[in-house]
Amino acid sequence: MNILPLIIKREFLAKVRNKSFIVMTFLSPLFFVALMVFVAYLASMKGDAKQIAIHDESGLFIKQFKSNDAFVYQDLSAIDVGILKDSVAAEKYEGLIYIPAQVNVSDYEKNIIYISNDSPSLSFISKVELLIADKITHINLQNKGINTEIIDEAQSKVNLKLTKATGEETVRGLNEIKIIIGGAFGYFIMMFIIIYGNMVMRSVIEEKTNRIIEIIISSVKPFQLMMGKIIGTSMAGILQFIIWGIVGAFLLMGSSFFLGINGTPGMTTVEVVETAGMFSPELLTDIQNYVHEILSLPLISMFVYFLVFFIGGYFLYSSLYAAIGAAVDNETDTQQFLFPILLPLMLGVYIGFFTVIKDPHGSIATVFSMIPFTSPIVMLMRIPFGVPVWEVLLSIFILFATFILVVWLAAKIYRIGILMYGKRPSWKELYKWLRY
Amino acid sequence: MQPILEVKDVVKKYSDKVALNHVSLSVPQGTIYGLLGPNGAGKTSLIRIINQITYPDSGQILLDGQLLNPTHIKDIGYMPEERGLYKTMKVGEQAMYLAQLKGLSKQEAKRQLQYWFEKLGIEEWWNKKIQELSKGMAQKIQFVVTVLHNPKLLILDEPFSGFDPVNANIIKDEILELKKKGTTVIFSTHRMESVEEMCDYIALINKSNKLIEGKLIDVKKEFRTHLYQVGILSDNVERLMLKLSEKFKMTSTEFKSLNNELQLEIDLGNAMPNELLHILTENGQVTHFVEKLPTVNDIFIQTVSK
Repeated sequence: MNILPLIIKREFLAKVRNKSFIVMTFLSPLFFVALMVFVAYLASMKGDAKQIAIHDESGLFIKQFKSNDAFVYQDLSAIDVGILKDSVAAEKYEGLIYIPAQVNVSDYEKNIIYISNDSPSLSFISKVELLIADKITHINLQNKGINTEIIDEAQSKVNLKLTKATGEETVRGLNEIKIIIGGAFGYFIMMFIIIYGNMVMRSVIEEKTNRIIEIIISSVKPFQLMMGKIIGTSMAGILQFIIWGIVGAFLLMGSSFFLGINGTPGMTTVEVVETAGMFSPELLTDIQNYVHEILSLPLISMFVYFLVFFIGGYFLYSSLYAAIGAAVDNETDTQQFLFPILLPLMLGVYIGFFTVIKDPHGSIATVFSMIPFTSPIVMLMRIPFGVPVWEVLLSIFILFATFILVVWLAAKIYRIGILMYGKRPSWKELYKWLRY
Repeated sequence: MQPILEVKDVVKKYSDKVALNHVSLSVPQGTIYGLLGPNGAGKTSLIRIINQITYPDSGQILLDGQLLNPTHIKDIGYMPEERGLYKTMKVGEQAMYLAQLKGLSKQEAKRQLQYWFEKLGIEEWWNKKIQELSKGMAQKIQFVVTVLHNPKLLILDEPFSGFDPVNANIIKDEILELKKKGTTVIFSTHRMESVEEMCDYIALINKSNKLIEGKLIDVKKEFRTHLYQVGILSDNVERLMLKLSEKFKMTSTEFKSLNNELQLEIDLGNAMPNELLHILTENGQVTHFVEKLPTVNDIFIQTVSK
């Protein structure tokens, strides 16, 4: 009988039966969904509309201000400004727009005052400024004898049609979706590597401190044990993610039904499609557009690439985690070795979020999507933006070549390390082990 | 008969340190073979090479006349000095796993485990976790998983460390029984009492070199000192001492006795025991006459401190 499946099975069962694994698997989605529902609930709560008093001595601008959910404008031009100021000071009104009468229209540009206790938000100020400027422009045009209605009619709206050089049509707003999908893939890989790489490492340390390791490697090759551990742990991880996905989707659907929350941010495609039924018609058209846009992406090849990079990246890093576990006696000693591992992972994510989004085919993004320690994250973020196949294949080739080299080196450290007890090895000693 | 294990001129170096320096051994089939040496002598390095955990830099290992290869894993049972089990795994499940790693089928593993668990009276431990068992109990499980695939060659590294005397005895009896069935046992230790009691052959390794190898009796013969302990009740001690000193070197000694006799240690040199006895019986009543044989411990200390 082949031994590797036995080891994989044991590692898988050991992880899956672990109490903390079970708790994590079933409580995390609950916690996550509870958090999302809570956030969505907060966001959907309508704050009290702010009362804005307007004292317009000119009577020119008062019609510009239309109340909405956030701001209620009250025409209080009849009331004395001094009293209104006191009311603002007494917090009866959020603020007062005071428009003193001017001789020339252009004087309004500089002489309108906003009075409030708290400094107003930038968006509010620019909105008020825009409304007033709009009116002044209109008056200016009319004063010059121009019919503003004609101008309004003449207003045009331009929609650029986006196509690729190949002639293929692309859709507006697709970039946001690409960023979300690419970012989700990249981030997911990083999380998976950190969580399950750590699990591999702990499991190696456990075997070492239990002192069962020598019994096992007298029956199996250390390399087999290491690979069995990595594969078994990753299977437990994939199971966990699948459960999270299913439970999360159900909980999200359920909660959005009950609470009537629309358009929860960060929903996945599947959920958007599934929950589309309960949205208003306009939203539905929007969603249909998005779904159409998402479907226009090369989804299957993206998913295949995701799997390939996921496997390459996970194996590359988890073999390093295994080597670290073998080199030390306990978890507290792992810190100095873990840092160099976390660094490229973090770098990958930051480059992905800052560089790829700005310039997906720039030289930084391209270089880091070739370097094997960052490529699983960076390349996956680039792929939705359309990367030439040869680049992807080259990146995959480099990743897997490095992966084989690193697994080979890690196995060497692992083989020596698991039988070494006592002191924490230095980098120099690790290098020596490679040459045994 | 062909030796079950032959180690031929094995060298193992760890970067700058030599662990085994051209070591050769020959372990005859069906014997208990004591591999002796102080800590750090190279015993564990050699055992790991035999178990194919590490590989020699040069030299050969033959098992049953064949060059050592991965198929031999199932022929060897190994209980390392540093041993433990998965703490949170159930005893039965764990034993099944380890047995299957040795190449046993599921059914075979189960049958063997049932046999051993019954034999040692530990059936009720099957569903317990190792962390619920005492250290001695865990050691018993360890012994079971080492032997349950019926290996031709059993390698036990310090097998009795961690056992209480009762359990040590049980295990000792099991080892002797396995020997009767034809299993060869390599027994690595620095505890000499157990060697004296159980081993047929010994090899002594010190500072990466093999110093002695052979049948325990032969080794002892080689190290015999021809010293005899003598106890005698004599009326004329002066005359006796005169007679003895003409022929032999002697010193006074002390041993436990019920009589209040003269106690001597006499170096026979090349003379025969009867010559000594003759003088003794002429001059008194002999109460004690025994050759002082070297213990393995004496040999060990004598050789290592050379």
